[in-house]
Amino acid sequence: MKKLLNTVYVTSEGAALSKDGENLVVQVEGEERARAPFHMIASVVAFGAVLLTPPLLQACAARGITVVLLDRNGRFQARVEGPTSGNVLLRRQQYRASERPEAIVRSLVAGKVANQRAVLQRALRDYGEETQISAKTAIEAAVARLGGILRSVQISTSDVNALRGAEGEAAQLYFGVFGHLIRSPDPAIVFRGRSRRPPLDPMNALLSFLYTLLTHDCRSAAETVGLDPAVGFLHRDRPGRPSLALDLMEEMRPALVDRLALSLVNRRQIRIQDFRMEDNGAVLLNDESRKTVLSAWQERKKTERRHPFLDETAPLGLAPFLQAQLLARHLRGDLDAYPPWFGK
Amino acid sequence: MDDDPIPLSALQHAVYCLRQAALIHVERLWEENRFTAEGRVLHAAVDRQGQRYSRGVRRVSALPLSCRRLQLAGVADLVEYHKSEAGEIPYPVEYKRGKPKLHRADEAQLCGQALCLEEMTGLSIPEGALFYEQTRRRVVVRFDMELRTLTERVARELRETILSGVTPPAIYEKRKCDPCSLIELCRPRIAGRSAKAWRDREIDKLLSEAQGG
Ligand code: SF4
Repeated sequence: MKKLLNTVYVTSEGAALSKDGENLVVQVEGEERARAPFHMIASVVAFGAVLLTPPLLQACAARGITVVLLDRNGRFQARVEGPTSGNVLLRRQQYRASERPEAIVRSLVAGKVANQRAVLQRALRDYGEETQISAKTAIEAAVARLGGILRSVQISTSDVNALRGAEGEAAQLYFGVFGHLIRSPDPAIVFRGRSRRPPLDPMNALLSFLYTLLTHDCRSAAETVGLDPAVGFLHRDRPGRPSLALDLMEEMRPALVDRLALSLVNRRQIRIQDFRMEDNGAVLLNDESRKTVLSAWQERKKTERRHPFLDETAPLGLAPFLQAQLLARHLRGDLDAYPPWFGK
Repeated sequence: MDDDPIPLSALQHAVYCLRQAALIHVERLWEENRFTAEGRVLHAAVDRQGQRYSRGVRRVSALPLSCRRLQLAGVADLVEYHKSEAGEIPYPVEYKRGKPKLHRADEAQLCGQALCLEEMTGLSIPEGALFYEQTRRRVVVRFDMELRTLTERVARELRETILSGVTPPAIYEKRKCDPCSLIELCRPRIAGRSAKAWRDREIDKLLSEAQGG
């Protein structure tokens, strides 16, 4: 099995990253804080003001290690990549398939809806007894309705716009009850429907931050197997948007991110004092708590799971790579469909 | 029409498995593992071009080769020039990590070199040798009709595959696939499975489970 290589996250303001032989070295105020051999690293993600030396950038580019620069809040700034691993023949197939995306979109939406439904079912199983009757009823209703949507996605002959519509409806239902899954005793940890730019409540801040990390992993996965991360199926092309990475991410969001975000607040690893409010109403994770979230994310990625289609055990963090690989095999004609990722 | 020659080194992959050759040369997938890494170190040592004599035999290392007829090109590790009544006869020697194998991939690659040398020199080359690092033994390879036919057939199939850009489907064979360094990228076990049927079964299962069905 392909190794789950590490992502090095650098969050300390003023950190300096350099190359020393075959190692990446992180220094803060002239003192060495971390060191990792290049062959163990898949990518480097730097938050805010981090210094990267030219020899380090060159070494990363030459070894296929992507370097991503984010601002302090996790917003994408830039990405440094070596010679692209893209394969022109595969990309042509991808572009051709993107003209008639129904079949792939059907799988993507089926995976996403099934996984959203699984998150709600799981919450009912684990905490159903302690949940208020009204909330429980609402969650049950959403589960039932998501089941109906899943069935319609499976059997209908509907076109891609109808499938996109089903995805949108499912998201509304799901996020409509998502707030009921929060069991933190902090009354200020709330979720008032999905808000993105900027996130307007703590739960959205947490979700947005984690989605950024997952997008990055999905984008690298697409690149690794030679696909063009910018050309998607469910997400329409838009300049500058990594549509394929966003497509791949849809299926995995519920299991990888949403459940992690819930467990972080429900286990009180993240509390209200871990957020800061900006004047414009934006709610953001503060610097210290981002470290907690990053290490929980790394741990989550190491959890071993049975891959549903391959029927092999693999760390969750490899799911984006395996799905990208299966998508490439479908585009190449080895598989008659793209097998969705059903996370249980 | 594409005139890029096929690398001689691809022949050994194509003899072993045409899909493997396509994964490497069409899809450009290459799983760096211990075996390929060692192979590179060994080759780096051999790849310095030069000529020297030992025991009266002229030995040329890293000799560029090509064959227009089969559109092959590559570099021979070592070509010795053995003296005979007819003059010097080229004698290709290829270095291999590991030990002699049960399949004919290494022999076909060597034969490909001989076919190049024959076209380039107009001489007929009856034999060459494979040198195996692990056993430190030379194995003499005779370029008989059977080996020549195999090599030429595979060279043509490989060329067609590379020109088509289509990777042939996998056929899982335990003996061949389990030791294959590309198995994780090839995934021969899923070949022929219907992902569509699987998806529908999974959805049916999810929807029939007790809760919320
Ligand atoms: S795994 Fe089997 S089918 Fe695939 S490339 Fe290797 S030998 Fe060929």
